[in-house]
Amino acid sequence: MDIQFDDEVKRARFPLLAWLTSRQAFWVLIAVCVACIFLSFATNSFATSNNLFNVTRNFTFVAVIALGMTIVIITGGIDLSVGSVLCLCSMILAVVMHAGYSIEVGIAASLGTALLIGAINGVLIAYLDIPPFVVTLGMLSIARSLAMVASNNTVVFQFGPDHDKLLFLGGGAWLFGISNPVLYMLALTLLTGFVLHFTRFGRYVFAIGGNEHAATVTGVPVRRTKVIVYMISALSAGIAGVIETGWLGAVTTNLGAGMELQVIAAAVIGGANLAGGIGTAFGALIGSALIEVIRNSLGLLGISAFWQGTFVGIFIIVAVTFDRLRNFGFQRD
Amino acid sequence: MPLLELQNISKHFGAIHALNDVSLSLEPGQVVGLMGDNGAGKSTMVKIIAGNFRPTHGTMRMEGRDLSMHRPIEARQHGIEIVHQDLALCDNLSAAANVFLGREIRKGFGPFKILDYATMYRRAGQIFAELRSETRPRDLVRQMSGGQRQAVAIARTRIADAKLVLMDEPTAAISVRQVAEVLNLIRLLRDRGIAIVLISHRMPDVFSVADRVVVLRRGRKVADKPVAASSPEEVTGLITGAIEHAL
Repeated sequence: MDIQFDDEVKRARFPLLAWLTSRQAFWVLIAVCVACIFLSFATNSFATSNNLFNVTRNFTFVAVIALGMTIVIITGGIDLSVGSVLCLCSMILAVVMHAGYSIEVGIAASLGTALLIGAINGVLIAYLDIPPFVVTLGMLSIARSLAMVASNNTVVFQFGPDHDKLLFLGGGAWLFGISNPVLYMLALTLLTGFVLHFTRFGRYVFAIGGNEHAATVTGVPVRRTKVIVYMISALSAGIAGVIETGWLGAVTTNLGAGMELQVIAAAVIGGANLAGGIGTAFGALIGSALIEVIRNSLGLLGISAFWQGTFVGIFIIVAVTFDRLRNFGFQRD
Repeated sequence: MPLLELQNISKHFGAIHALNDVSLSLEPGQVVGLMGDNGAGKSTMVKIIAGNFRPTHGTMRMEGRDLSMHRPIEARQHGIEIVHQDLALCDNLSAAANVFLGREIRKGFGPFKILDYATMYRRAGQIFAELRSETRPRDLVRQMSGGQRQAVAIARTRIADAKLVLMDEPTAAISVRQVAEVLNLIRLLRDRGIAIVLISHRMPDVFSVADRVVVLRRGRKVADKPVAASSPEEVTGLITGAIEHAL
């Protein structure tokens, strides 16, 4: 009781502090900062501009998709197809540009494919009431297979007349040496945060995840909103695919394999609740950052990369446990 | 002129006659207790008034004009609001967000509109004050008591100028003290000239707050009289069928 009373006082006297400490993303941010500070002292190679450039760029692809995934998770859904959709979109871009079309046409075809796949997912989930897990699991299989069909399972590394433009898009850095993918990621995070917090669509996303029945009876266009949500998710995978293609300079048909799990892990570590109704854009970003920092630090500390999964897994479980413990607190008062 | 008039409404689902030739009229500021056993046709009737079902036979008139609805949302446009039995609240949203759910106030130009948080908080605050509820607009519904949640659900009916509020078992699952709060809210709405249909199983609630009691049994209306002229014993008899018809 005393502790809770103190809690109340603290909440009243320091509203900003109370708000921050109630955010999972805040604690994950602290974890990232602590890890970075530790690594700066423990190794010579972490705090070099070269390594930081790599770290920030490496997690952008997961982070961009985690933004879309977070929106899906807030509605109480899941999208397992993102890794395959990333691969298919990369491959469409590669094949179209390889055939001699400009980068604009390539990107339009690639993102158009993403939107179409998202729309198919969304319509099956929202209008035919098929569970998202099943629909997107099917799409995971279909999209990767189509990528193989589109490329005849070959590696594409020549992108026609706009080859250099594409490589600059994904691999360049024009602002203070920050790599382009990082800029896209920051812009998309701000955009996602804005949409979730300030638009009616964002409000509907939270309402559907909180109580879908309530949303329906109060006149929220639940089905239409869900279709758009899955289109956004696929689009985020498409955008990540385009950037990653530009960065790698080659596309293979195993690109993005297993990425869906990394993306979901990032969203969940960042505070998205798989039961729906809770999640933030910043959380998606910071969750992805934590996973990359873990990966990078194991390498620098000379620990075998095989341990990576253990650490990421522990963080997922700790993050969710943390959330559980906080909710127990709520139920007591 | 009655506010809402149902004339010879029937609703058939295949061979099942959920409602048979039921007529009902409601005056502004009147509270009608709608009672009946499970399967008597209460919820069918509510769903017809709420626009979920279209009647098989019969006509509905709201303020003298024909009322024909295809979607539940249309009921709102005619000034009919529903407080659902489960309250239909999103626990993860604030009180104000719930009050304005589906009818958010926005500001901006053309397609670039953003949610107008300040106005929604202020309006929700005014409505809670009007309902004499201590509910704060920014609080999450998850942290609220049963009575506060009721206030949020009822506050929804106050954003638009509702003329008729349907309340489906509002006192079914809450504590005694909260029942009193809800009955007070109903009186507040009534005093503002709003007609209320109160669907309830609880005899004391109906007799303390309603002006009239309507009893349905097996899809037929078997009683429609002022509560002052009836008694809980009579209504119980009508519900169970021990009394065939009200005098």
